Amino acid sequence: MKALVAMSGGVDSSVAAALMLEAGHEVIGVTVKQWQGPDGQLPVTGCCTVSDAEDARSVANRLGVPYYVLDHVEEFTREVVDHFGSEYLAGRTPNPCIECNRKVRFGVLFDRMEALGCEVLVTGHHARVVGESGARRLLRAVDRSKDQSYVLHMLDQPRLDRILLPIGEMDKDEVRGCAAGLGLRTASKPDSQDLCFVSGDYREMIRERFGDADRPGPIVDIAGTVLGEHVGTTRFTIGQRKGLGVAVGEPRYVVSIVPDTGTVVVGPRSALLADGCSLMDVSWIAGRAPRDSSIQIQIRYRSDAAEARLVETPEGWEVWFDTPQEAIAPGQAGVVYRGDQVLGGGTIAAALVGAPA
Amino acid sequence: MAPVNTTLYLDHAATTPLRPEARDAMAPFLEAAFGNPSGIHAVSREAKAALEDGRERAAALLGAAHPLDVVFTGGGTESDNLGVAGPSLASGGGVVTSAVEHEAVLETAAFLGRLGKSVTVVGVDANGVVDPAEVASAVGPDTAVVSVMTANNETGVRQPIAAISAAAREARPGVLIHTDAVQAFVSEETTIGSLGADLVTLASHKFGGPKGVGLLHVRRDIHLEPVLHGGGQEIGRRSGTHNVAGIVGMVTAMEAAAKDRDRFRTDVLVARDTFEARLSAAAPEVIFTTPVEQRLIQHSHFRVPGVDAETLLIRLDGLGVAAAAGSACHSGAAEVSHVLLAMGLDQKAAGSSIRVSFGWTSRPGDGEAAAAAVVECVEALR
Repeated sequence: MKALVAMSGGVDSSVAAALMLEAGHEVIGVTVKQWQGPDGQLPVTGCCTVSDAEDARSVANRLGVPYYVLDHVEEFTREVVDHFGSEYLAGRTPNPCIECNRKVRFGVLFDRMEALGCEVLVTGHHARVVGESGARRLLRAVDRSKDQSYVLHMLDQPRLDRILLPIGEMDKDEVRGCAAGLGLRTASKPDSQDLCFVSGDYREMIRERFGDADRPGPIVDIAGTVLGEHVGTTRFTIGQRKGLGVAVGEPRYVVSIVPDTGTVVVGPRSALLADGCSLMDVSWIAGRAPRDSSIQIQIRYRSDAAEARLVETPEGWEVWFDTPQEAIAPGQAGVVYRGDQVLGGGTIAAALVGAPA
Repeated sequence: MAPVNTTLYLDHAATTPLRPEARDAMAPFLEAAFGNPSGIHAVSREAKAALEDGRERAAALLGAAHPLDVVFTGGGTESDNLGVAGPSLASGGGVVTSAVEHEAVLETAAFLGRLGKSVTVVGVDANGVVDPAEVASAVGPDTAVVSVMTANNETGVRQPIAAISAAAREARPGVLIHTDAVQAFVSEETTIGSLGADLVTLASHKFGGPKGVGLLHVRRDIHLEPVLHGGGQEIGRRSGTHNVAGIVGMVTAMEAAAKDRDRFRTDVLVARDTFEARLSAAAPEVIFTTPVEQRLIQHSHFRVPGVDAETLLIRLDGLGVAAAAGSACHSGAAEVSHVLLAMGLDQKAAGSSIRVSFGWTSRPGDGEAAAAAVVECVEALR
């Protein structure tokens, strides 16, 4: 089989490439260049940097496979970075990695896979695809602590048919052991935590890039009493406690952001609790919604899924939690699970209080 | 390293194989004759003799007035830096250049701009050609140097460099003319007289010499601020211990290239013309960036509408065929060419353009083989 392997320069995709080769497949390695420094070269810090691409190249050379850097800076800037900024300015908390997977990365990689005559796309994600063609299922990784199925919830049956995730069956120590055994220079490389287009503080980046649109306004409590002023809403995210600039005895958290008026609402921890959330841009792995409405919902990349019930409404989908959840951040992905299986997901549109209509 | 399975090399404009004459000439200087030419003993003298012999031979080939008009450098980029920044920094004057120059010239001009020198970049027509009258009107009383390339590294388009030199000098007598002749030397008779330039850049590895060595022709009477400071080699114009083996290899390759030029022109012309004819026949939608008359004979530059350059190149690579998009860049990703944008191509057209370049190891039949490979990939992609 001829495989296109998306190599980030990290240990997981390095080992994914090695495993494909070991299994006797023909491998082409690629890195998608998504972001660049002001000089037009790959960024020096953050994720997907010059040194990451050089790591990927070194691994490809070591394995003896051809390797290419594909330039998709323009699409990424348009679909992900600008979207990230405008969402942030609209008071939401976007997840750019998911937006990238949805609008850029997978589209680009699957298109290239076909154009280059490859039959399968391989990535280093920690997640698993099981089942027969037409009834593929996406599962959490064997190593739950590294699970990345959350960021893959937008994959559909045709794509699941053509993607292999060899790392999903391994735990991180096995992956590192495998890389060390092959003498790959990425073996002991730490996991990347950064956004590829931000070096340092992403809020600062937003202000630099979209600064004119940052809105100052009042900081109010839940009753509407003005507690102070702030210089721009991009400095706040839902659930934030530190750096509010107001002193009111007990701890206060950002409960909501109203971008039109620049208002930041703060309240006690209990005010962060919501009974449910609505989802937009929902897609289902099976191509249709689950029949059984009892599901689990994961509302952040690193959090446990919560027991909930799925309700279809004329506007879309709502999820109602069995027990109230904290800090629902509109813009983040809400991913629907049943046990280890990803059923689908969408973007959180709003937190809901009360009970289903 | 991955095994190299390339069977058809069509990227001679990026670099071309070392000529055997050059390799043989270099060998003694990589072994017994290891001396530093800047010394007083016999080991140095041997190296110095080879260095100055090389200088004389290079000067003779270029039709230079004096051997010392040849300054040996570390390559084309360094020669361009010295050729553009040298006169500007020496006199304080500015630069007039063109939008299609190699980055070694454009970035040097930008650097001089940051130092406060005046910098004017003239445009090109749809074929990528600079208008001598436009250069002349850009030349002002404070212009130190005009830099326009002999032929473009991406498209192969030749500039009317003698006419540009004459027009610029008419606008301001005494203005210095620099030209980057890196791409042209291998296929075109290149002398100081034919170019009409004061400063000429050559890069060894483009005509069959080793990498990491080049030269700048600059008359001794031209005052030049060096860009590399140090021990004062090359009569103070380029410090640094001489790369004797590289210089000997370059000069030998220059001679070999000059001697081989007629044969080169015959074979490469057949290869290039066959390639373009076969490609046009099989893919009539192909668009050649400029007419053949505009170009060096070794360059073919084209796009197939709807076919992405990067994907085509990767497919070709898979077939063992080496070609290029735009110009090579450090990250390895193809980036949209400033040259093509300056010619008025849109992003999409520029991003789907491919360069095929033939060289001294190309056989006449390579054109047929190259067309077959490109057609095979294009058919898979459209």
